[in-house]
Amino acid sequence: MSASDSRELRIVGFLCNWCSYGGADTAGVARFAQPTDLRIIRVPCSGRIDPLFIVRALVNGADGVLVSGCHPRDCHYAEGNFYARRRLETLKRFLDATGIDPARFEYTWVSASEGQRWQHVVTEFTRRIHALGPAPLLRHVSDGAWFDAAAPAAAGPACPCHG
Amino acid sequence: MVEALKTAIAERLADLEMVIGWEMGFDALHATPLFIREEGDLHRLTLGPLAVHNLATYLPGLKGKKVGVVVKGCDSRSVIQLANEGLIKREDITVFGLCCDGVISHRKLREALPADLGFVEQATWHSDRLQAVVAGHAVEVRLQDILADKCISCRYPNALAADVLVGAARTPAPQPVPCQDAFDALPQAEKLAFWEATMARCIRCYACRNACPLCVCRDHCIATTRDPLWLGQENSPAENFMFQMIHVLHLAGRCTECGECERSCPVDIPLLLLRRSMNRVTEELFDYQAGTTPGQTPPLLTFQVEEARINERGW
Ligand code: SF4
Ligand code: SF4
Repeated sequence: MSASDSRELRIVGFLCNWCSYGGADTAGVARFAQPTDLRIIRVPCSGRIDPLFIVRALVNGADGVLVSGCHPRDCHYAEGNFYARRRLETLKRFLDATGIDPARFEYTWVSASEGQRWQHVVTEFTRRIHALGPAPLLRHVSDGAWFDAAAPAAAGPACPCHG
Repeated sequence: MVEALKTAIAERLADLEMVIGWEMGFDALHATPLFIREEGDLHRLTLGPLAVHNLATYLPGLKGKKVGVVVKGCDSRSVIQLANEGLIKREDITVFGLCCDGVISHRKLREALPADLGFVEQATWHSDRLQAVVAGHAVEVRLQDILADKCISCRYPNALAADVLVGAARTPAPQPVPCQDAFDALPQAEKLAFWEATMARCIRCYACRNACPLCVCRDHCIATTRDPLWLGQENSPAENFMFQMIHVLHLAGRCTECGECERSCPVDIPLLLLRRSMNRVTEELFDYQAGTTPGQTPPLLTFQVEEARINERGW
């Protein structure tokens, strides 16, 4: 089942090995229907997730990024997700300044037994990303375009700072 | 102020390998860092609105040596932050702090003058005014009009945790920065378009990184390592922007808003828009301003089991 009838979007999921990956597995074993847009990358712990993983994915063209780890106080490594929580929240609030829609990134906590909760998270997040549609992309330009860009650079900046 | 500073430095110079300050540079509008090793160098020392450089940037490279450094209010925060992160040993450093009246932005000055800075024949400062002869024309510019943005919003004009403080303490009067307000007011899609247009002129010279007092990784910077390969060689808005993301996120909870990144950018990219935004987040989340409290742990290197300002994000 897909969250909507439109084509699949690219959603990247970073899941911790001990809880959320297990939770996704539980959902699969129980044969809960889930949208198929999500591509899962398994990491040892949510504390392993550098916020730059998320930004890199978004800049490279992911339409959404979902991070999920063990519930706080339940980390396999005792405190990895406490650090992760600070980093992820910081990134989430900062994203607005980059022009990337903060709604394209979400983080949550799902334990290995919470198959149903996992189904809910994936379905809701996929629905949200479909509502937003494909992400606008920063340009990856060719050389020729770069030389075109060099001309305005030589002519002087055009940003609000110079108004 | 400068005489009092010279006396203070002369008294301590014998115990120090060097003291870093400013002297006049290649023309009347540029100061340049001065490395004072003996009393004979002292007469070159200068202060004032042209002393733009954050000299704390040199300190991590001099770790292990006894050095003195002259700092403005903003620069003093870099010293505190570096020491808090163990990147320098505070006891090795003698901090000569200033009560600062602000420094200029050369970009704003360039725009205020009728001709390029290279045509300035003479320049003198009289309290809050610059009088200059530019390509034969006499011009006068108010310091207030060419003040660096970071000075407009400055909350700490008097050096913090200084061993010697010179000058009369100023009462901070931070004002909002107009270009930041204009940027914040943009709708999201326009912010993205703004960065796309702005990052197109980045030449990836890494001057912003090299000028940053808290970027200390040198050859290990992930922007230039091949393994892991974080950043492509392609010079596109996307990759240039990605580089800024690396810088901003590596500086999260560490950036003291000294403005060296923006000042050093040869193509005038308003990098502080991103830094200020990030600093606002870390202040709002962790009630934290980098480099204001000696001994404090940066917020992303620690945690609380119950975070006061982060909800648990139930679904
Ligand atoms: S990011 Fe810029 S403003 Fe922040 S500490 Fe580095 S040079 Fe200073
Ligand atoms: S100093 Fe400016 S041009 Fe150079 S890498 Fe930084 S943003 Fe790009």
